[in-house]
Amino acid sequence: MTILTNKADKIDRLAELTQSSETVTGSSLWREAFRRMRSSKMAIIGAAIIAAFVLVAIVGPWLAPHGPTAQNWRSEVFPNQGKFVGMRGENWFGLDHLGRDMFSRWLVGARQTLLVGVVSMLIGLIVGALVGVLSGAAATLGGKVGQRVDTVIMRFTDIMLSLPSLLLAVSIAAVLGQSLTTVMIAVGVVQIPIFARLLRGSMLVQGGADYVLAAKAVGIRRKRIVLTQILPNSLSPVIVQATLSLATAIIEAAALSYLGLGNPDPAVPEWGVMLSQAQRFFDNEPMMAAYPAVGIIITALGFTLLGEAMREALDPKLRG
Amino acid sequence: MSLLELDGVKVHFPVKKGLLFDRTVGHVYAVDGVSLSVEAGQTYGLVGESGCGKTTLGRAVLRLNDITEGGVVFDGTDLAKLPSEEMRAFRRRLQMVFQDPLGSLNPRQNIESILAEGMAAHGIGKDAAERRKKIEDILAKVGLPSNAMSRYPHEFSGGQRQRIGIARALVLEPDVIICDEPVSALDVSVQAQVINLLEELQESLGLTYLVIAHDLAVVRHISDVIGVMYLGGLVEEAPSDALYAGPRHPYTKALMSAVPVPDPEVEDRRERILLHGDLPSPANPPAGCRFHTRCPWVQETKCATERPPLLDTGDGHKVACHFTAEIEAGTVKQTLATGIEAVIGTETVAAEAVETAEAEAPAEKPAEDEAPAEEPAKAEAPAEEPATVPAQADADATEQTEDSPKA
Repeated sequence: MTILTNKADKIDRLAELTQSSETVTGSSLWREAFRRMRSSKMAIIGAAIIAAFVLVAIVGPWLAPHGPTAQNWRSEVFPNQGKFVGMRGENWFGLDHLGRDMFSRWLVGARQTLLVGVVSMLIGLIVGALVGVLSGAAATLGGKVGQRVDTVIMRFTDIMLSLPSLLLAVSIAAVLGQSLTTVMIAVGVVQIPIFARLLRGSMLVQGGADYVLAAKAVGIRRKRIVLTQILPNSLSPVIVQATLSLATAIIEAAALSYLGLGNPDPAVPEWGVMLSQAQRFFDNEPMMAAYPAVGIIITALGFTLLGEAMREALDPKLRG
Repeated sequence: MSLLELDGVKVHFPVKKGLLFDRTVGHVYAVDGVSLSVEAGQTYGLVGESGCGKTTLGRAVLRLNDITEGGVVFDGTDLAKLPSEEMRAFRRRLQMVFQDPLGSLNPRQNIESILAEGMAAHGIGKDAAERRKKIEDILAKVGLPSNAMSRYPHEFSGGQRQRIGIARALVLEPDVIICDEPVSALDVSVQAQVINLLEELQESLGLTYLVIAHDLAVVRHISDVIGVMYLGGLVEEAPSDALYAGPRHPYTKALMSAVPVPDPEVEDRRERILLHGDLPSPANPPAGCRFHTRCPWVQETKCATERPPLLDTGDGHKVACHFTAEIEAGTVKQTLATGIEAVIGTETVAAEAVETAEAEAPAEKPAEDEAPAEEPAKAEAPAEEPATVPAQADADATEQTEDSPKA
């Protein structure tokens, strides 16, 4: 019996061999990076955390056992006397200071947090990448005029970078007024110079590479050189940064909410808002702060892990 | 009329400094007045040590560097003054093969895409299918299987990558191919294959080559005419056989004498001319003859003050030296003893800055103290590999004479 299975194995292996030699399809660097990611523990843990977070954010509001704003147990909590209700069968995470179900609020809050993180990261990424591409393309292929343009753009982003990011976000939020959109814009704008500088720097490195010179020598138009040669090779650090900045965006959005610049409607749960509300009762009921805090920490950790794993996978030095 | 004529080509890179606004504080004279002509169907070999400006010159022909002065006349058109869009159209006829086969291929494009892009840019082939067929033909010509099309550069060996680089030039059906150190990044065994491939292609397609190399054996094998460059200028130009049979410029003599002979007895008795010091900085080249600071035959008159023109000394053998005839006749004596330790500390930094793209090892600085100790190990290298970097060969030779009566 064992001999038989061995034989079958051998035949299978032979079959695989012929198959691979007949259809030689090249593996692009993206595909190889993905293959390396799949065998990285860090990437798998990070991806699992993010998947769980996204799942909670999407289906959470339907799973919530109670209304997130319903003050069903108003009569049971007395925040002034330090009397709270902790974990119990009916309310898994206990009640907050207004007698609302913490677990339901936590589930619904995940969606807000994800929304703020993703939208503000996208604002930073899209605007920053556009500025970066313009600057990088001007610097590498624009000649003397292009270099001037690049210098002007870069000095401007330097000014933005020199301001402390939270201070900048606070000023933007203060100018635009208190709303959820404000938080997204404020956190997103802070990311713009980071993405711009990163992409431009990456493009400058690639712009000096031999294959760009070769593309010029072949006679490819400058616009096409930027799009097909320089840009695809400059994207990996930007993708990594986008993943990592999701983590910081969530933390910064929480910080803005904590400072009272977030969503003006305190009834809509968001982890940052929940955290700032819990602060007042931290002495009597620390668990009220723990749930949103742990949520933020774990999500940020998930994005950071995935980002770091991506950076390793995309590192050209590790190309085998 | 030759197919490609360079007329007093100069490429000077400004050296800039400044906190907010860049000021030009000087120039690197990478190529300083080179005139040469390449006949259709022939191979012109350009040799010289690292930092002498040969790569810059090759790139200047394709306008990949700005030309400061002079003309590059290709088939009756002066490329140096063409507007960029017209120049782009001319690039189809003038192609380049690069030194670093992997670095010159976009790692994110597969081979078909790399080759098709140039064709699309010049409107060769009506559609993707027609281009595909043409690419298959060219891949077969350079000795690659057609399944290479869907693969990526990192999946090939060094020699195969260089074949892809050659194929990229060939799909555009060029007249002239500039080969910038086409084999220096390859194994010796693969070098021969690629050189032979280049020769076969020249025969079957009637190509004209400008081959830039530091490897004297490679250049001799492939070239009809050879030009020797030193510090941005040509010092000697002659038909290949004539140059190897009787080099006339002191620098060429020194270069040739550094080539090892694959016969131990001859090798032992071989006379070597050893040069002093490193290549001077091209940012601050010596006045007069560029070579006078290192020339063994340097004379009191003229050498330090007057730059010698490249003059025909008979049979198309051109030499840029004030004393060619006298050196041949033996009427001038060597004024500088050879084989004595070099001056250490000349600027190599500027030389490297000019040719940063060249992945060559920077010229070895001969180290006086260590030389005798290292001698056995170093001396083996040229014997195994007839292809030797001139600058390295200089260094090797210096070390050998230090402690042995051989030379």
